[in-house]
Amino acid sequence: MKTSSVGAWVAVCIGVFYLLMPLMGTVEFSLRMLRGTYSFEAYKILGTGEFQQSFLFSMIIALLTIIVSVLIVVPTVYFVQLRLPKLRPIVEFITLLPLVIPAIVLVFGYLRLYNSSSWLPLTGTAEATNVLLLFAYVALALPYMYRAIDSGMRTVDVRTLTEAAESLGAGLGTILFTVILPNVRSAVLSGAFLTFAIVIGEFTIASLLDRPVFGTYLQNVGAGKPYNASALSVVAFAITWASMGLMQVFGRDRRPKVAH
Amino acid sequence: MSSSAGLADITEHAGGPAPQQVKTARRMSNTLIATFGVVPFFLFSAMFLILPTLFLCIGAFQDQGGQFTLENIYKIFANQFLLDAYLVSIKISVITALGAAVLGFFVAQAIVLGNLPAWLRPTVTTLSGVASNFAGVPLAFAFLATIGPTGLITGWLLSYFGINLRTLGFNVVSFWGVVAAYLYFQIPLMVLIITPALDGLKKEWREAAVTLGATPLDYWRYVGLPVLGPSLIGATVLLFANSFGAIATAYALAGPSLNLITIQLYNQIRGDVLHDENLGFAVALGMILITGASNAAYIYLRERSERWIK
Repeated sequence: MKTSSVGAWVAVCIGVFYLLMPLMGTVEFSLRMLRGTYSFEAYKILGTGEFQQSFLFSMIIALLTIIVSVLIVVPTVYFVQLRLPKLRPIVEFITLLPLVIPAIVLVFGYLRLYNSSSWLPLTGTAEATNVLLLFAYVALALPYMYRAIDSGMRTVDVRTLTEAAESLGAGLGTILFTVILPNVRSAVLSGAFLTFAIVIGEFTIASLLDRPVFGTYLQNVGAGKPYNASALSVVAFAITWASMGLMQVFGRDRRPKVAH
Repeated sequence: MSSSAGLADITEHAGGPAPQQVKTARRMSNTLIATFGVVPFFLFSAMFLILPTLFLCIGAFQDQGGQFTLENIYKIFANQFLLDAYLVSIKISVITALGAAVLGFFVAQAIVLGNLPAWLRPTVTTLSGVASNFAGVPLAFAFLATIGPTGLITGWLLSYFGINLRTLGFNVVSFWGVVAAYLYFQIPLMVLIITPALDGLKKEWREAAVTLGATPLDYWRYVGLPVLGPSLIGATVLLFANSFGAIATAYALAGPSLNLITIQLYNQIRGDVLHDENLGFAVALGMILITGASNAAYIYLRERSERWIK
């Protein structure tokens, strides 16, 4: 067993090195803006209005994506589990589509279907295009959100909770958002953080819809300012780390399970 | 549903109409509400997943005037530039899928079966979760900063090992640079997909094999790999699809000139560079067919592997 353990160490070390190497390289590069010395000069770009606007825009879109996803997915999973189990295969198939259809193809379809001369001109104004971007991101997040919430709801006894709430006179809205939702909170949060990580740096869709998000801003910076681009990449890396870290923390359900 | 719906009936409708009638009415209204509750999901899916895709697929079989034609499909096969783009995309996807499958398998095998300290597994899994989601523009810049002309690793290789990446013909803003960057999210994805399958390899199988005189190599040759086979192939196919549809990393790293099919489609969407709207739809259709087929293969293989691994 000793020898296989050495092999295992080697495999893990090479793997971890490959995953950490670009991080080290980017941090080091971002500190090199001033010749001959390490400094945080490149990070001054974080103080510019352009960065802050694009970053704020991406943050808001990410949060709205999470909210809209939850509003669409939670009732769907709930009703499919409780009353419409026959729909499950169809719903599962649909939620897999965003993994099958490349994002660039999806946005191509949007641009042709919702162009400014169509029945629903979602690319006509900046506001409408923001809405289209939001829905595109909800589509991107759908496989992850659905699976997180579906597996979360399988671990709670939805039926008993519903019946208990109904017998106490609760309406549907109350049941969904004050009884069911808190019980799948950890699942929703882990889906939410993953969604956040995906949306915050997205480039393809935003670029083709011409929206001023962080991803397209970063691409523009990279064209002429490599040190600043590295600094921003470090920030993007930190956000991905934070999202996945928070997902680990909140995704773990520490409360005793209700209704078993 | 019946038992508690009955309970609710008793409490709410004691002395009302006949219980059976109430029950039926209640059930119907429940189904109605439930149907109403899933409407937003289906509406959303129709508008932002199904119709846009359908629009492209139908457009691929139409000429400029909207008449049915197979002309667009023929045009792809007659267009060497587009065929090359598909080929380069397929090549990059095959290389990164196979490379990541092998390397990811070794890492996963090490953390599951390698007798390593217990803390290592969650650490590697978390790191894989982060890395598999770190793609796109920032990843491109990270690789540029690391193995680019003045990158950290480039410098180390030169000063400590005397290896000059440039004279070796390696250029980060080219095919192999894109491969290196794609491996960054492909390897950890492989680790995440294959770890549960490795967990499913029962200890008893190995013990039984060893008792019967098998060497570790025999065990993998005759037990481990055959059982894992469908999972391994399925994971590789999924990695292929994952890479085939990607664009942002390659676009930010190598620019619009790299001849990937996603980048050609990007250019086509931006400025109709093919000067043929419907040919663009056909290009999109080709991509959907390729990713669709690989996802179908993945689902089929996953179901097969579940026969052994529970």
